Amino acid sequence: MSGAEPKNAETVDAAQVQDLATFDDGIAPGAELLRVENVSLSFGGVKAIQNISFDVKKGEIRAIIGPNGAGKTSMLNVINGFYHPQEGTITFRGQVRTKMRPYMAASQGISRTFQNVALFTGMSTLDNIMAGRTLKMHRNFFWQMFRYGPAFKEEVEHRMAVEKIIDFLEIQAIRKTPVGQLPYGLQKRVELGRALAAEPSLLLLDEPMAGMNLEEKEDMSRFIIDVNQQMGTTIALIEHDMGVVMDLADRVVVLDYGKKIADGTPNEVQANQDVINAYLGVAH
Amino acid sequence: MSANSTVAGGVPKTFPQYLIHNAARFGDMPAMRHKDYGIWQSWTWSEMLDEIRAYSIGLGELGLKPGEKVAIVGQNRPKLYWTFCAVQALGCVPVPVYADSVAEEMVYVLNHAEVAFVVCQDQEQVDKVLSMGDELTMLRKVIYDEPRGLRDYDHSDLHSVDQLQKLGREAIAKNGGDDWLNTVNSADPDGLAVMLYTSGTTGRPKGVMLRTSDCVNAAVSTVEFDKLNENDVALAYLPLAWVGDHYLSYAQGFVAGFCLACPESTDTVPQDLREIGPTFYFAPPRVFESLLTSVTLRMEDSSKLKQKLYRYFIKVANRCGEDILNGNPVGLGDRLLYALGSVLIYGPVRNVLGFSRIRVAYTAGEAIGPDLFSFFRSLGINLKQLYGQTEAFLYVTCQVDGHVRADAVGPAAPNVDIRISENGEVQFRSPGMFYSYFKQEDKAKETLTEDGYVKTGDAGFIDTDGQLKIIDRAKDVGKLKDGSMFPPKYIENKLKFFPNIKEAVAFGDGRDFCAIFINIDLTAVGNWAERNNVAYASYQELAAHPDVYKMMKEHVEQVNADLAAEEMMAGSQINRFLVLHKELDADDGEMTRTQKVRRSFVAERYSVLIEALYDGSTEKYVETEVVFEDGRKGSISATIQIADAKTFDAVQPMKEAAE
Repeated sequence: MSGAEPKNAETVDAAQVQDLATFDDGIAPGAELLRVENVSLSFGGVKAIQNISFDVKKGEIRAIIGPNGAGKTSMLNVINGFYHPQEGTITFRGQVRTKMRPYMAASQGISRTFQNVALFTGMSTLDNIMAGRTLKMHRNFFWQMFRYGPAFKEEVEHRMAVEKIIDFLEIQAIRKTPVGQLPYGLQKRVELGRALAAEPSLLLLDEPMAGMNLEEKEDMSRFIIDVNQQMGTTIALIEHDMGVVMDLADRVVVLDYGKKIADGTPNEVQANQDVINAYLGVAH
Repeated sequence: MSANSTVAGGVPKTFPQYLIHNAARFGDMPAMRHKDYGIWQSWTWSEMLDEIRAYSIGLGELGLKPGEKVAIVGQNRPKLYWTFCAVQALGCVPVPVYADSVAEEMVYVLNHAEVAFVVCQDQEQVDKVLSMGDELTMLRKVIYDEPRGLRDYDHSDLHSVDQLQKLGREAIAKNGGDDWLNTVNSADPDGLAVMLYTSGTTGRPKGVMLRTSDCVNAAVSTVEFDKLNENDVALAYLPLAWVGDHYLSYAQGFVAGFCLACPESTDTVPQDLREIGPTFYFAPPRVFESLLTSVTLRMEDSSKLKQKLYRYFIKVANRCGEDILNGNPVGLGDRLLYALGSVLIYGPVRNVLGFSRIRVAYTAGEAIGPDLFSFFRSLGINLKQLYGQTEAFLYVTCQVDGHVRADAVGPAAPNVDIRISENGEVQFRSPGMFYSYFKQEDKAKETLTEDGYVKTGDAGFIDTDGQLKIIDRAKDVGKLKDGSMFPPKYIENKLKFFPNIKEAVAFGDGRDFCAIFINIDLTAVGNWAERNNVAYASYQELAAHPDVYKMMKEHVEQVNADLAAEEMMAGSQINRFLVLHKELDADDGEMTRTQKVRRSFVAERYSVLIEALYDGSTEKYVETEVVFEDGRKGSISATIQIADAKTFDAVQPMKEAAE
């Protein structure tokens, strides 16, 4: 596609090196990053997830959809170790885990956003995103307490990383604003920023567009695509807006009543009779 | 070559020569700042010379030939300002384009100006250019500043500024930069410096051609006038393609050698303003209006003590602040109170607004309300008015320190001649004036008089103290039946200065007297209603309320009293008025999208009301079709009261307008 002479092509690459850091997980694009195998989760008698298997490939946007109560958020909670499935295994970056605690998931490169925004409302945008860097801070408590020497140097480095995210998400104007004062759409953006601050290998987004107007949805879609393409971050997202899912996702897995009813490209899923029945209802 | 090479012949005659001159004069002084990643990044004059030289040579390497045109699209970014200079250094012509123009408008300008290269700020602008690629036959290269999102684009004709600078630095390493320096030093000062397109409110935009020597001379005289120097700081936040920004930020910046700060983004301008604390500032009246509103609202939310202090000291400032600023005699008591107020109130308010260090501030573009104007002046901010045009390279008139009024725009700027033509139109001749419209010499001839003055299209007169007063667009000024001048906008503006009046439409051309439609301001009048226990259910009900009519009558009569005091305006006092039952709305076609009243449309739509204003009736039933936001149509009907207003005898004997 490019007709540029070699000299130019070289400089182009130099100019395009992305500043935003990404997690180096050593997995080739297109290879399997996460595998969920025969996972079942129940709360007492309620079977939230029944024998579900699917995979997420490195570099793709994977959507998990389904009607209310289908088990989507439970699935996400299982992946990042908040719930522990009674049966089945989760393989992340080639390592099999039956029980994974949230902090372990985080340190291995999984970060997430929540359906109902979970930010520190009294803290500024900047501090919230800084909080996303916690796992990357290595200086001990005493250095940090005095914010001196190595701890200071470290903080400057982290601040730079955070500023790049702020620039990326175009939220410079609210850098110092307490997030509790921000409108919902911006809070969602800050939450995405905090998740990105951890430089995740796998980013889990729980309904990133819920409650947004059209313009905010367009902005958010743009950011999700940019995160995926420019930073190469793999994304698994839950979303109710079918238009968004069909446009963004590479592959879609459909859940209904805790069971997987379809898995494939958006077009395949859209044409699947079980999916249509699940969404529109069917006469019994 | 060294970065400290001086300009051949001593006195710089072009902007690139000023760059070299400044690098020698003020090498280590900041030339430009830009807030990036939350930190103010700076370039000194010698660093900026280095950047611009590399960029300029890179443009040459990419095949830009002398005399070609380069379009610049984007917001206030350092690299875009560098583009002006880098392009001019090669003997080429920069053509800034409004960043918010849609692709079709942009294509018209790019094609009309025959641009060879276009420099875009970001992906958004690149997309616009690429989407119209087939129509842009002259365009060869697209250059961008911010790489975000452009990675997967075809880069055969797309280049980043960084990449050009790299090319330039490689070329300098190989051949030295002396050729470039020679090109800059031997530049023709009578060549075309820049082409600024008019905004095109009336028809297609026109490319205003400005000569290098004229631009430099104009900037030199105003820099002297306001004593701008290398210690000044300005914030660049106005559209790059607008003559005001090009003049104030680029031309004056290079000539005076002051530091230009670029904001982080358009949303952060208020914070950036406060951090930078500019010494030279320009804003249209609506910016000052929104600043005043935000101050007032924030004061209302503060503690009782602070509110009391604020009210007291603002009263003191109203009494003596402007006199102190103008250097007029003021009593010792007031001086002491004002000094105390500076510590307690004025200083902090100025600081919050980012005005702590302002030496000179200008406003222009439209009429500014006297109260608004004196509020800022009484706080000790040296706010002045200027009157300008793209065709003049901005300055036509500007106010002198100490002789500042809200209702006039000042005497002729240094080296500018102004005169009023026989039909009342303002005409000028200035050092920076344009010499032609690009490819539209016939239009340029229409704009210029035979003896070389520019027709502004504005009607005005020169007041007793030598300051120019602008009345209205010349073509809108009409006459009443008795021959008195009727300037609708002048009267409407006087009414709109009352916060309670949102919009006014004046009628009177060819009629017996002047009559007015008024739109109340729902926020201001609603607030008044709340405080005075006036109950209302809708805009329509509030607008028709007898107390609101009483309030409007007072406002109208106040305006009449003002008009009576002005020799030329006394004849056009408002005899009758009515308050409209609905807000004038762009969705109904009553206003333009830029919120200007479409007078003739309104006149036609409400012709029954106009008849009622002139036939002496006291009320009139009217039914109006309205379009809702979702496109559905409905109608509102109302019986509208028509009220009389008291008029005053002219203070001086009435004369016929401009005859």
